[in-house]
Amino acid sequence: MTSSRTVTYRAAVLEALFGEMRRDDSVILMGEDIGAAGGVFKQTEGLFAEFGADRVIDTPISEAGAFGIAVGAAMTGQRPVFEVMFGDFITLIMDQLVNQAAKVHYMSAGQFNVPLVVRTAVGIGSNLGPQHSQSLHAWLTHVPGLKVVMPSTPADAKGLMAAAIRDDNPVIFFEDRMLYNLRDAVPEGDHVLPIGSAEIKRSGHDVTIIATGRMVQTALAAAELMAREEISAEVVDPRSLVPLDVERLVDSVKKTSRAVVLDGGYRQYGITGEIASTITEHAFDWLDAPVIRIGGADVPIPFSKTLELLTLPNAERLAHEATALVRGQR
Amino acid sequence: MTAPLQKASTSSVQLNLTAKEGLQLLRSMQLIRTFEEQVRTLYSGGVIPGLVHLCAGQEAVAVGVCSLLNTQDIIASNHRGHGHCLAKGADVSRMMAEVMGRRTGYGMGRGGTLHVFDAANGNLGTNGIVGGGIPLAAGAALSAKRRGGGEVAVCFFGDGALNQGLLFEVMNMAAIWRLPVLFVCENNGFGEFTAIEDVTAGPDPIARGLAFGIPSETVDGMDVLAVRTAAQRAIDRARSGRGPSFLICMTYRYGGHHVGDKQDYKDNTEAEAWRLKDPIERFGRWLQEIDMATAETIVALKHGVEDEVRAAIGLAKAAPFPDASDLGASLHD
Repeated sequence: MTSSRTVTYRAAVLEALFGEMRRDDSVILMGEDIGAAGGVFKQTEGLFAEFGADRVIDTPISEAGAFGIAVGAAMTGQRPVFEVMFGDFITLIMDQLVNQAAKVHYMSAGQFNVPLVVRTAVGIGSNLGPQHSQSLHAWLTHVPGLKVVMPSTPADAKGLMAAAIRDDNPVIFFEDRMLYNLRDAVPEGDHVLPIGSAEIKRSGHDVTIIATGRMVQTALAAAELMAREEISAEVVDPRSLVPLDVERLVDSVKKTSRAVVLDGGYRQYGITGEIASTITEHAFDWLDAPVIRIGGADVPIPFSKTLELLTLPNAERLAHEATALVRGQR
Repeated sequence: MTAPLQKASTSSVQLNLTAKEGLQLLRSMQLIRTFEEQVRTLYSGGVIPGLVHLCAGQEAVAVGVCSLLNTQDIIASNHRGHGHCLAKGADVSRMMAEVMGRRTGYGMGRGGTLHVFDAANGNLGTNGIVGGGIPLAAGAALSAKRRGGGEVAVCFFGDGALNQGLLFEVMNMAAIWRLPVLFVCENNGFGEFTAIEDVTAGPDPIARGLAFGIPSETVDGMDVLAVRTAAQRAIDRARSGRGPSFLICMTYRYGGHHVGDKQDYKDNTEAEAWRLKDPIERFGRWLQEIDMATAETIVALKHGVEDEVRAAIGLAKAAPFPDASDLGASLHD
């Protein structure tokens, strides 16, 4: 039995990095300001001191080239964890990610693996403006060959980072910077979760709320509000978007007969649409109402605090929509 | 400051080249030429679908560089990559099968000519993205440096990739990290259908390597010995921890961008002048001049590669196409 204690989400990911780097010399870190500086969010603090410049590699601000080098290193024996400082900047590595990393294993008929992790921080609410606030995880779920994970709790973050590093495929690890200070129980020592396994974060029977990443916390807050109105909401966290644990999501909806899908990225052509249609395909006969989708507003994320928070789904709005669904008003 | 230019050497003593090595260089170039002549025929006959990009005229670059590499050394190739793959040791039958989309090919027919991977011979693949292989080779060099075994990595790219920003990002990192990597540009005069001088600023692209402090030289890419001599210096630098090198090999693409390209943009006089410098003819003559080969041995070598390619075509034609059960396999490990 591993014992657990409470640590922050930031510290939980760091524990996984320390653990995996001690365990396997082929694990290297690459990114901007991740070395002696310890990362712009202190998310790599202490790694450089223990593992040195050979394994904690500060790159120039050349995302495309540096990531391409990580892909080549992954094809030849290393296990790079490549940090993209802001999720918005995945646009800069897209060719190497989509046209090389995602396809190499398939195109080479298994001759080469690309065991790398792209770690990137997303999330609305820090007044960072339109080029530093987006959650573009849906883009990557569209590309066969990539795995995409999005942990919502410190324990999941530790377990999924360890799993991502051990996986022989490219895994994109989306963490929400607004979760970095979230404190919760985390197992000590080795803690590895399977990629592709959803978890019920709160049990209920009137409606299923499927939520991703930080939106799981929003869904749990909404479920609390709904409980005051005698409505029992079940909150399910896919944890991994690709592969998606369809069975667990569908089982929950078959139990509650109603579903709301919540994601912090743009709603148009996004995660909510994919999951809603998957639910409809697999559980149509069990549904008492259409599946509701709630996502981020489809605008560039504005800077001013009076505007920025309007783009983000909140617990009150979610509770209102889910309650209306249960009461037959949708 | 002008770029250091290396004159082609024609002294076997200076090159320390044995007769066996000389014949091997010739055979390797003949094999590439013959393989591609057959690919052209098979493409024209509808046996090979899609698009194929041939390297006829450029064989000396692939052979000159790869003849100095060990199996553990890594290459990353480009869309015009048959020569690189064969020079690095690829099996002719599996190459041909892949180009023909058969299940026995290197990628079980999933990649085709643009995606020939050969892990056993250290080949990170031909590549459909111009410049796409450049960072892959640098990444392999990073791995080699960490391992400390003295391996080197080479990326081959055309003059078209000289205008990809990715090249400069990677050159910068290769220089600051002293990665054991060779940037080998095959300057054949054209990026797709466009002459390099129409789209490239600056008096000499060699300056692009020099800007990063990378030892850089322009080489006669139609002379296998000149390429080999320059590559040897670059490989020695890489193996001894002195970092990257940049070679621009001046060569010519006899064919179009792909088979079927009408090549209206080419000047016939210029094309004829380049053909007079044909790397295979020229090296064959030189081998005879220094008595390393006779006309008869050269013809016999040619017949040998023709037999090898013919056998590869026979095997590929007899091989099955992949079927539906192969479609989703190897998406993830």
